[in-house]
Amino acid sequence: METINYQNFRIEAENICVDYNGKVALYDANLRLQPGQICGLVGMNGAGKTTFFNALTGFVNISKGKIRINGESVRSAQKDQTIAYVPQNEGIDSQFPISVWDVVMMGRYGSMNIFRCPRESDVQAVKDAIERVDLTDHLSTPIGNLSGGQRKRTFLARAIAQRASILLLDEPFSGVDIRTEKLISELFIQFKNEGKTILLSTHDMIHVREFCDLVLLINKTVVAYGETSEVFTPENITTTFGGISPDFLFGPES
Amino acid sequence: MELCSFLTLDSFITDPLTHDFMRKALLMSSLVAAVCGFLSSYLTLKGWALMGDAVSHSVMPGVVVAYALGLPFSLGAFIFGVGSVALIGFIKQKSRVKEDTVIGLVFTGFFALGIVLVSKIKSNIDLHSILFGSPLGISLSDVKQTIFISLLVVILLSIFRKDLMLYCFDPRHAKTVGINVFFLHYLLLTCLSLAAVVGLQSVGIILVVAMLITPGATAYLLTDKFDNMTVISVLSAIISSLIGIYVSFWFDLETGGSIVLAQTFIFLFAFLFAPRYGIFKLKKLFAGYK
Repeated sequence: METINYQNFRIEAENICVDYNGKVALYDANLRLQPGQICGLVGMNGAGKTTFFNALTGFVNISKGKIRINGESVRSAQKDQTIAYVPQNEGIDSQFPISVWDVVMMGRYGSMNIFRCPRESDVQAVKDAIERVDLTDHLSTPIGNLSGGQRKRTFLARAIAQRASILLLDEPFSGVDIRTEKLISELFIQFKNEGKTILLSTHDMIHVREFCDLVLLINKTVVAYGETSEVFTPENITTTFGGISPDFLFGPES
Repeated sequence: MELCSFLTLDSFITDPLTHDFMRKALLMSSLVAAVCGFLSSYLTLKGWALMGDAVSHSVMPGVVVAYALGLPFSLGAFIFGVGSVALIGFIKQKSRVKEDTVIGLVFTGFFALGIVLVSKIKSNIDLHSILFGSPLGISLSDVKQTIFISLLVVILLSIFRKDLMLYCFDPRHAKTVGINVFFLHYLLLTCLSLAAVVGLQSVGIILVVAMLITPGATAYLLTDKFDNMTVISVLSAIISSLIGIYVSFWFDLETGGSIVLAQTFIFLFAFLFAPRYGIFKLKKLFAGYK
């Protein structure tokens, strides 16, 4: 039998299935990602993108298959702060009475004591992270007063402060301004050079071609997976989106 | 004359304090209000108002059974409070009925069971005081229990303050960084059941949900900082309790109802005049005069 050295993979998902009360959301899905790889997760609404993220973070349990994060269980990845999740802007309560600083500090909670008292190192990590996303002027701004782009950067800063080696980003480019988009793409290059592994879901096909080394096309299961240049073909995209041609999706000129 | 005596603010406040039962009522209700107000911030942000209503009504049969068996009523209330939530979760998962329908039918079922039980075990239970509260007639053993439960809830909420905030705000992130979300969920439910138990002494089962949501909602309109929200929520709850009890003393009104009405008026005031989120946005009005 072939022995796989799991240490080589940051993420190793093998034949995973997720169902909610008997309703299948994802089945037989596989994914292997190495350090420094950026992978795009592409699929329709309800194709199982968020479910895939939830399975990797341990937010939902898989009913079949196996997930290894850095060769270990999801449980120990949680304890080690290995994975950071950057939610969709719609996925959070923007009216929650909380400041940028407090949100970013939440990235440090997992490594703090039970009372979550910030140490000097936590404060420094939060400061650095906020500086990297260019929000130093908004430290105490309530998240409700931020623009969509600023809010997205706040949650990116939380992931940076967490010092996670794997970043899962749900629609990182949706509803953001040009400046934020530019900053995020610069950060992606930095993350890649730092050896972080990134899995991002997106609707925007241009971003896939621009950033993603790999692409995972899903529709309840994996439709295609591999190097973006090889896998991201009109045929595969059409299959992923249930027979709708890419022309229809991106406009005839693309 | 009574009317003359409260024309001076001084005697309006000090006269009731000469009665032992009033001192006790003011103290206990303030304590209960503080506990419920503290929890209220979490419940309003988590969107658990309906859950609060469900749990507070569902404790009814627990209270009755505990009284009948001579057990501490908080124990019975706690078991039925948490039990109702477990039952709601179970029915929701195993049937196609929508969640708000399940919540509605489970808590009314429990509540009805409580009422039926009271009519069967009439002897020493005062239905009126369970339904509408009796802060003026609180017994010594109730005082001890209330203090114990209140301290317990305050300590639990204080220790897990930040984790609960994270749980309300972004449970997915909490889970991702290895925080026990399951534990936090049941911790919040436990605190909710316990707060409902102490709250029902002040304002009764029917109105206890107001203690659990109104102060939080008021505070939510007044601040954008979570810590401030907790402080405002606790303060507005305590002030409402004091106002409610004084007003009910001088005008001979139902105490529980008066406390909740005071809360409602404070909420309405915030709703209309809150600096940023009020209808009239006082901040803007003042800015206009400068």
